[in-house]
Amino acid sequence: MAKTQITMKVNGAEVEGLVEPRTLLVHFIRENLQMTGTHIGCETTHCGACTVDIDGMSVKSCTMFAVQADGSDVTTIEGMANPDGSLSALQEGFRMMHGLQCGFCTPGMIMRAQRLLKENPSPTEAEIRMGISGNICRCTGYQNIVKAIQYAAAKINGVEFREAAE
Amino acid sequence: MNDMTPTREQRTAALEGLGCKRKRVEDIRFTQGKGNYVDDVKLPGMLHGDFVRSPHAHARVKSIDDSEALKVPGVLAVITAETLKTVNLAWMPTLAGDVQMVLADGKVLFQNQEVAFVVATDRYAADDGINKVKVEYEPLPPLIDPFKAMDADAPVLREDLAGKTTGAHGPRKHHNHIFEWTVGDKELTDAAFKKAEVTIKEMISYHRTHPSPLETCQCVCSFDKIKGELTIWGTFQAPHVIRTVVALIAKLPEQKIHVISPDIGGGFGNKVGAYPGYICAAVASIVTGKPVKWVEDRIENLTATSFARDYHMTTEIAATKQGKVTGLRVHVLADHGAFDACADPSKWPAGFFNIVTGSYDFPTAHLAVDGIYTNKAPGGVAYRCSFRVTEAAYCIERAMDILAQKLGMDPAELRLKNFIRPEQFPYHSALGWEYDSGDYGTAMRKAMETVKYAELRKEQEALRAAFKRGETREIMGIGVSFFTEIVGAGPSKNCDILGIAMFDSCEIRMHPTGAGIARMGTKSQGQGHETTWAQIIATEIGIPADNIMVEEGNTDTAPYGLGTYGSRSTPVAGAAIAMAARKIKAKAQMIAAYKLEVHEDDLEWDIDGFRVKGLPEKFMSMKDICWAAYNSVPPGMEPGLEAVSYYDPPNMTYPFGAYICVMTIDVDTGVYKVRRFYALDDCGTRINPMIIEGQVHGGLTEAFAIAMGQEIRYDAEGNVVTGSFMDFFMPTAVETPHWETDFTVTPSPHHPIGAKGVGESPNVGGVPAFSNAVNDAFSFLGSTHIQMPHDFWRNWQAAKNLGVFEAA
Repeated sequence: MAKTQITMKVNGAEVEGLVEPRTLLVHFIRENLQMTGTHIGCETTHCGACTVDIDGMSVKSCTMFAVQADGSDVTTIEGMANPDGSLSALQEGFRMMHGLQCGFCTPGMIMRAQRLLKENPSPTEAEIRMGISGNICRCTGYQNIVKAIQYAAAKINGVEFREAAE
Repeated sequence: MNDMTPTREQRTAALEGLGCKRKRVEDIRFTQGKGNYVDDVKLPGMLHGDFVRSPHAHARVKSIDDSEALKVPGVLAVITAETLKTVNLAWMPTLAGDVQMVLADGKVLFQNQEVAFVVATDRYAADDGINKVKVEYEPLPPLIDPFKAMDADAPVLREDLAGKTTGAHGPRKHHNHIFEWTVGDKELTDAAFKKAEVTIKEMISYHRTHPSPLETCQCVCSFDKIKGELTIWGTFQAPHVIRTVVALIAKLPEQKIHVISPDIGGGFGNKVGAYPGYICAAVASIVTGKPVKWVEDRIENLTATSFARDYHMTTEIAATKQGKVTGLRVHVLADHGAFDACADPSKWPAGFFNIVTGSYDFPTAHLAVDGIYTNKAPGGVAYRCSFRVTEAAYCIERAMDILAQKLGMDPAELRLKNFIRPEQFPYHSALGWEYDSGDYGTAMRKAMETVKYAELRKEQEALRAAFKRGETREIMGIGVSFFTEIVGAGPSKNCDILGIAMFDSCEIRMHPTGAGIARMGTKSQGQGHETTWAQIIATEIGIPADNIMVEEGNTDTAPYGLGTYGSRSTPVAGAAIAMAARKIKAKAQMIAAYKLEVHEDDLEWDIDGFRVKGLPEKFMSMKDICWAAYNSVPPGMEPGLEAVSYYDPPNMTYPFGAYICVMTIDVDTGVYKVRRFYALDDCGTRINPMIIEGQVHGGLTEAFAIAMGQEIRYDAEGNVVTGSFMDFFMPTAVETPHWETDFTVTPSPHHPIGAKGVGESPNVGGVPAFSNAVNDAFSFLGSTHIQMPHDFWRNWQAAKNLGVFEAA
């Protein structure tokens, strides 16, 4: 199959590749770019494990062709740590609040959560639950993921995080 | 002592040992996308394999034509049963003593069965190849309804078993019969029913569902022709068992097989068994001399690898008018699908279903299980439960509610009346188990007080009256569940897998600087073993958990173990860790005695080192002992500080808990709302409360999914109608209720640290709590039992059948 040359910015760096028109973005990221933090859980846009950020929007990269991302600005989980290499507020929140177990949904969940907090810096619990409802987690039951996002929101907003009573 | 000397509390806290809410070490890599899962394994020249699958539930395979497929660019080989026959691998043994086709041999027996394996340079080319393989089928009548499986004129599914009147577990009664398993005293139980004042009988079904971890089953097989060595990276919950199975069926020397389970994206029982994908990828690598990757997609996962449940349980209880139970009789029709690939310890064809007497003091009981074949996917895995324990807990907890309803008693009161009492432990159940410890009444009463149970019942009564007056269209249900699990398989006297006793193991090596590595026979799939195992060691030998690295999943370096499933890791491997640590500590004591120039008996353990009794200033820390172990051990002692323990548990452990669910249902739409869910768990000694709480949240969410909608459903032709996340209920953050957790602590008397295991309890106890809430809601309208799953549509159907639905 004929291949197409594409270029895009991924985590701030210009990358290029030669792909078939049918190559999914998630495969381009995982196979061509060898960045395996973005996971595949269903290939049908339901689970959200492959969520990345494209030009300021959360996108499930299993349902976008790589050629459609030509010229885009893409952020993946590999671009989420602080510049000094330390865990960002969300990554820290997930660890502190035990917002992950097997870790497979985590990259997609964090990518969605960071965009959610940009859309709505101080979301309520209901807004967080609705905001991450495109991402499935099989391990945590979401309760601690909600807390992790609340923790990060508080940290980003410079306010004290208070865990809601059980 | 000066101010800088740490206090005892500070020294204990620095260890981050038992009871500490230690943050997980795994999270550093997982939150940065630096986990290493199977699909992340990429080897030079690696090929991809993918399956041609059957569209039919039951058909004869007339021919397979791969000529066009082999012309597709990138396609290198198409493997069929005929290819596999040349290496005697067209069929493989199952864990349950049956055999299973690796690739369709003459016929197909379930939809999406593996028919041919296309090997290509990448996954896209493999898919192109699949589309070009021409398979000619002759459809046969499918057998879908388990209740028709043993009809005289039922289609013959397993032609390979023709004339075999005996299976792995005794006589077969019919061509679609697999086994009959009976336990208990039939005569005594029948007699109890004859003289019973009150009896109930109900057919309680636990529908077919699927564990569906977010990462599907996958592997990479790499055969080195020069060395004759096969390396397999796979999503294996039990890597050592896989290595032994491969050695036995592929006839490769076991030392030349290297099995590696890297990070695993959830298991829930799905990743215990051996699947055709593993065999085909291994054969493809041996044939091509290149590494071959197989990654199933979600639809393949839901439809072909390992369903769970599908138990149809006719349940009877005998009781007195006062509500004292006198007998239990259960018959199970167990739908195992096309091959008996049930993942149970070998001698247990229905797992530990004989825990079905639950938390109650039944003087007698009898159980019979008939396993049968149907045209459905094989499996029967323990989806987040010990073997068939969730089925048993659902059966008895639903039946107790039905009995309470018949007696006009409160279901919690009926449970309190029949609990095994604390003084009866160790308790011998009518169906053969020895329960290790429990204090059920305390747990039940604590749960009832916390949720203000009596007030809830009053509220329900008022709401029911209002409903009858036509003032509301909402009904309220209070679901009570009190479960006893049986986990920690298991003692070698009654548990083995393919002849290997179900022990588990730990090897600890302490390094000179007071750090160490622990290697285990278990394999975490999200449970956080790297965090919690180090906590056990920290408390046992006084070395901070941060200084202990835990490694699992590599059969070359880890001691042999039976893996992680059935909540067995803490009861079995957790014990092995403590025992290995105690061996380290015993040697350390000898070294300390030598260095402090006293007799060993003059030393006492003090948090993180040994102290001379009566001379508090004479102390040697474990860190210093580690150093000494490498340069100044007593004369005659070998240097070094290492230990291995293989732990064969004396008994299972029996975690228990009291769960209460409060739910409202709109009878005109069937829409339910979980108002409150309270879960009290008693898992004995608590290693890491943060992780326990996380496990309970996750297990409850899976229980919620199963009870309220998650189902693998087949139509009459044998098509799976719930084969993707569009149709298979996966709760999101929006649907998932808020969970309240609580606990009591009743340590296991036989476990070295008193721990019992917890990961699966919430699934076992949660399902009946939800189902009892729905059934309790409808009960005042004359309903006795409504089958799961209780999705909106079925709730609406129930309302309609009870005559309370009013069309707008």
